[in-house]
Amino acid sequence: MARYAMAIDLSSCVGCAACAVACKLENEVPAGVSRLWIRLEESGTFPDLAMQYRPEQCMQCADPPCVGVCPTGASHVTDDGIVLVDAETCIACGACIAACPYGARYFDERGFVGKCTFCEHRLAEGRVPACVETCPTLCRSFGDLDDPNSDVSRAIRAAHRVEVLKPEQGTHPKLVYLDAPARFGLASEGVPK
Amino acid sequence: MKRREFLKLSAASVGALMVASETQALKLPNPLARAPKAWYDGEVSTVLTYCENCFWKCGVRASVADGRVWKVDGYAKNPKSRGRLCPRGQGAVAQTYDPDRLKRPLIRMEGSERGEGKYREATWDEALSVIASGMLAIKERYGSESMAFFAHGSGDTWFGDYLPAAWATPNVGKPSVSLCTGPRETAAQWTFGRGIGGHEPIDWENTDYIVLVGHHIGEDTHNTQLQDFSLALKRGAKLVVVDPRFSVAASKADRWLPIKPGTDTALLLAWLNVLVTEGLYDKAYVERYTVGIEELTAHVQPFTPEWAAPITDLDPDAIRAVARELAAHAPRAVVPPGRHTVWYGNDTQRMRALYLVNTLLGNYGVEGGFYFAQPPYIEKYPHAAFPLEPSSGGCSGASGGETIDTGYRASVDHGKFFAKTTAVQELIPAMISGEPYRIAGLIAYGVNLFHSIPNVARTQEALKKLDLYVAIDVLPMDHVMWADVILPEATYLERYDDLVEIAHKTPFIELRQPAVEPLWDTKPGWWIARELGLRLGLEKYFDWPDIETYLDKRLSTIGSSLAKAKQAGTLVQRGRPYLSDWEQRNLDPFGTPSGKIELYSQSFADAGFDPMPVYEAPEEGPAGSYRLLYGRSPVHTFAKTQNNWVLMEMHGDNAVWIHTAEAASLGLKSGDYVWLENQDGVRDGPIAVFATERLRRDCVYMVHGFGHRAADMKIANARGASDTALMSRYRLDPISGGAGLRVNFVKLVPGAPRPRLPRLTKLAERSV
Repeated sequence: MARYAMAIDLSSCVGCAACAVACKLENEVPAGVSRLWIRLEESGTFPDLAMQYRPEQCMQCADPPCVGVCPTGASHVTDDGIVLVDAETCIACGACIAACPYGARYFDERGFVGKCTFCEHRLAEGRVPACVETCPTLCRSFGDLDDPNSDVSRAIRAAHRVEVLKPEQGTHPKLVYLDAPARFGLASEGVPK
Repeated sequence: MKRREFLKLSAASVGALMVASETQALKLPNPLARAPKAWYDGEVSTVLTYCENCFWKCGVRASVADGRVWKVDGYAKNPKSRGRLCPRGQGAVAQTYDPDRLKRPLIRMEGSERGEGKYREATWDEALSVIASGMLAIKERYGSESMAFFAHGSGDTWFGDYLPAAWATPNVGKPSVSLCTGPRETAAQWTFGRGIGGHEPIDWENTDYIVLVGHHIGEDTHNTQLQDFSLALKRGAKLVVVDPRFSVAASKADRWLPIKPGTDTALLLAWLNVLVTEGLYDKAYVERYTVGIEELTAHVQPFTPEWAAPITDLDPDAIRAVARELAAHAPRAVVPPGRHTVWYGNDTQRMRALYLVNTLLGNYGVEGGFYFAQPPYIEKYPHAAFPLEPSSGGCSGASGGETIDTGYRASVDHGKFFAKTTAVQELIPAMISGEPYRIAGLIAYGVNLFHSIPNVARTQEALKKLDLYVAIDVLPMDHVMWADVILPEATYLERYDDLVEIAHKTPFIELRQPAVEPLWDTKPGWWIARELGLRLGLEKYFDWPDIETYLDKRLSTIGSSLAKAKQAGTLVQRGRPYLSDWEQRNLDPFGTPSGKIELYSQSFADAGFDPMPVYEAPEEGPAGSYRLLYGRSPVHTFAKTQNNWVLMEMHGDNAVWIHTAEAASLGLKSGDYVWLENQDGVRDGPIAVFATERLRRDCVYMVHGFGHRAADMKIANARGASDTALMSRYRLDPISGGAGLRVNFVKLVPGAPRPRLPRLTKLAERSV
């Protein structure tokens, strides 16, 4: 059993979308929907400017609001803490899409709900998720939060700031953002529980 | 919740780089659906090759299942990818399965004009025979030199080097030289006696202070460079970015200098002034390795930060501070040369100034500065001697063969500029004027003639005058659909190419090998070149029966074999990266006439050029116009990738960036559509406006490569506007032959219609 988590260092991310393209092809995500997208935020006036790219995807919440609302149990949490959808039991009712505060789930035309899986199929082979493996800025870290020597544990320890999206939702994301440019602070919550 | 509501919600998560502009019309769910079988559920094989979605040539692992490539990942043992890939490398596989690909040879319909786009299908034998007879007729009438070859991409070894040298023409053009790296290569050659090469030899892992001058790392996702850059910043290296635009790199910088466009040489001269007058330069290094410090000291006296400030529109204290900080971190401080350096027509001198700053920091050949990139050792295939020497390979290599003492005429642009290379844009006038002799035939391999070479109207006029125009490509690009004969090349995942030899800290050789069979009736470049060669009577140069024999023979010269290389993918050798490595072996790394780094260039003085850089003010544009600046998107390579649905989903069109206040003064806001009209009345668009604070008020900016007018490229066609179309002018660099492109000015003409285009999602579904 592991407690998988991901950290994204926003001081390094350049918004190149290598992660988004890798995700698309690794997971055969259809055109028009996305498991991983990138937000650009800009502020200031010339020449006093700041900007930040922030990749977003399923936050792999420790308290995922999408799971409880699922009428069939298709939305579930694995022993390793990964929130998944079982396509065979999913009836595509959309309750989980509505419940997710991060807009991380989408309806797949093939008749089920899709979302980031932390590339669970790769983890079984000892590989990291496709987005982490390919990132040319090395801004993504992945691993087991319970292992202090995992890449993600080390990255979180080394960071000046650790933040999550929408902490007020009480979802306790296991995707955390590190060292966001100061003008774009999210909301501090510290290390995932 | 109603179904309609959650469908809307799901649409909100669409799109990656940009907020999605398309609403989704999704089908109702099928309650009987079962989980689809994933591509990786069955047997997956891995093929090691290298990427072709840009010129960087990263080593990759292609994953193949059921006869199809599903995924391409970085190859960990390859020094360029180190197991990682940029978005273009990740997405390249979508090009292989693009239904708009050229599928079989095409011959222009009898009675139709070039540019009408009317074609009939042909067999390879017919198409190649038509080309061969056309080429032989040109040789008979005008001489072999009257055939020109323009080439870009890995296959330029066949169509820029091998075949033109065997055929005997010096008129070989590469856009990667005179439309890109030419000035920096020429400047490096005449300063250090060594080029920069295809992979900038910056010792990122040891540098502590980085100054980027108009260098868009992060928007140009050169994989290794981006990794190194990111690691350097993580390590705590300081970053200064000089750019009229708040680029992605600028957003990471400790200091951004929003310089007035075209004044970079003044800034570099001011840094030289501070380093010299404040005695901050590395005296021991300069004494030992350079010539001309006395002349340089006298030369830069007037160029104080206060002199440069009003020219560059920068604070003199900031200019001085950067020079002092550079010196304080030297030699672990570096001002890397950018790649696209054809800006204002005096670009070799600007690049010289940049190299002189580095030299005074004592960083050339020293840890934390520039390392010496050595090419790997391997022999050529032992073919019969070519009548002309091929130009060196790689996209930063010189173009055009030397003709002295060969009996062949020099290239048609010979003497137009100092460097002994050809300039692709300077080969075009001879197609129209016949001076100094006629270029009557052209083979364009992988070069988008209308999206890379300035003055498109002139290029089109030239194409109309040719006796023979052949295009070899993967997609029916704008210029391809003008050719007399069109040859469809297989994509990189379907073919072998020649070995690539990468000059690097650790030199290495990469193998390109097919992961799958070519789709349709497409063929690899090597096969096309060889079959054409055989029909041209050049059998003795093509005595290898197939590419496997050719590659195996070459690999045997380093004690390897094709079988071994197929398993290894990348063959790494040892390098000599630092001055100390050369000195231990009593070798001189500097190939200049003086054998030292030339702060003062006697060769330039002898040829009538400034021996040390001077600043020339750029020409200003007409009132009410903005200087046209352009750059890159991280997900696109030039005009090559705009029909790739995965990449287009990330970034599907370009916009014209204009400062918020300027936009307001024109009554424009973000999302409005305008035409762009340049100083010569050339118009392109429609294009969306992006009103932003991230740009100076005297210029506009757009991403290069959009605005295709190619009806058969269903995704690329008519999305965005073309910067190249608006470059009706360029200013020739008299030293390198580079075409300075930032000398065009545009107005924004309001009232353009929002383009009505087919939905990308629908177009993507056509993938084969």
